[in-house]
Amino acid sequence: MLAEKALELVRELERSIDGSLPPYNEDRVRQVLEEMRVLYEQNQKDVSATVAGESGLFSGVQVRHAALERNKRCLLAYLYNRIEQIKKMRWEFGSVLPTEVKYNLCEQEMQWFGRYNKLLANYMMSIGGSGGLDLTQDMKPPKTLYVEVRCLANHGEFETQDGNVIVLKKNSQHFLLRSECEHLIRQGILEHIVH
Amino acid sequence: MTMKASENYFDIDDILASNERIPCRVELPIYRLGYLDSSHESEHLLPGTKIEFPYWLGRAVCSRRRHIVRVDLPKQYREGYREILSADATVVDLHKLGPYYYSFGTKLLHFEHVASADIAKSMVKTFQTRFRKIMDSSQNAYNEDTSKLTEKLDEAERSLFRSGQFGLHDFQRWETRKTEKLTTSNMVRNHQKRKRNVMDSNVD
Repeated sequence: MLAEKALELVRELERSIDGSLPPYNEDRVRQVLEEMRVLYEQNQKDVSATVAGESGLFSGVQVRHAALERNKRCLLAYLYNRIEQIKKMRWEFGSVLPTEVKYNLCEQEMQWFGRYNKLLANYMMSIGGSGGLDLTQDMKPPKTLYVEVRCLANHGEFETQDGNVIVLKKNSQHFLLRSECEHLIRQGILEHIVH
Repeated sequence: MTMKASENYFDIDDILASNERIPCRVELPIYRLGYLDSSHESEHLLPGTKIEFPYWLGRAVCSRRRHIVRVDLPKQYREGYREILSADATVVDLHKLGPYYYSFGTKLLHFEHVASADIAKSMVKTFQTRFRKIMDSSQNAYNEDTSKLTEKLDEAERSLFRSGQFGLHDFQRWETRKTEKLTTSNMVRNHQKRKRNVMDSNVD
């Protein structure tokens, strides 16, 4: 059936809705574009035959045109939904993506991510007075200035705002400024301890 | 969410729902597209051929202005099935009839079939009857396997069920004062899980 391959792309996204991004399926995208090219050429041929006087080709043109539109919709939906996912990643992973995730992006998507990063950073610098405002912080309303945290992984040295250097070693506990360690908590390096 | 009233061009669920098949009968010859019908060897689709088209294609070639094919009702929306649904909608496996029973049904109304009004009424009634049970089960299944509860639900109902579960979980977290705790973001957690799986399988 027509536009079957394009639908496969959409199904691929549907299956991975839990937050992982499947590798960019360059092969299939190319196959879809090839199918579209063939459909388009046949339509061109039929249209010029109709202009030359042949009749009855109209219905075939309609069918192929619908298939072209459908392929286009599936392809755009594939790209759009991936971009949405990548945008979400910026907020969840931070400005640097893990390498395993990066492998699954195509080059244009990497460029897009870089530009989105830059835009967001510029915007955050431009608001909230001289120092800017980090929008990715305080996703939940803060209750205390300091929080108690436990390290879940060896992270190495960490310099706090007041100049102290502490070593984030696995299973060690610290009492840190919330604003300083929120990112590390979200990245799974520290665990917030609530009593 | 699949419950949106307007169609969204990029919506995955909408794309999948518009791929459901409709039985059609060809009215005008369609040249050189005989390969669409795998049961016949002929080069063209000739008038009188019965063929199943996906909704998006049927919509393009059958409208008030164009009558290239005549569209029939898929059997799960015909009177026989509507009677079953009116008898007791709560026991019907809509996922088997669907999986996009409601959204595909709504799309079918575009064809202005004689039974359109009845189909619309039947869907509303079906949803009303099933709604109560879905809400009830989604609000009362805490920390248990929900696959049994959702297996007979259509996709729109499933997303309703998920919303209910989401609300329930959030409420429980609030009650046990867990909302103030900062947590690892979901994507990071899933990523770590997958990484651990890969590492474990490498060790084996």
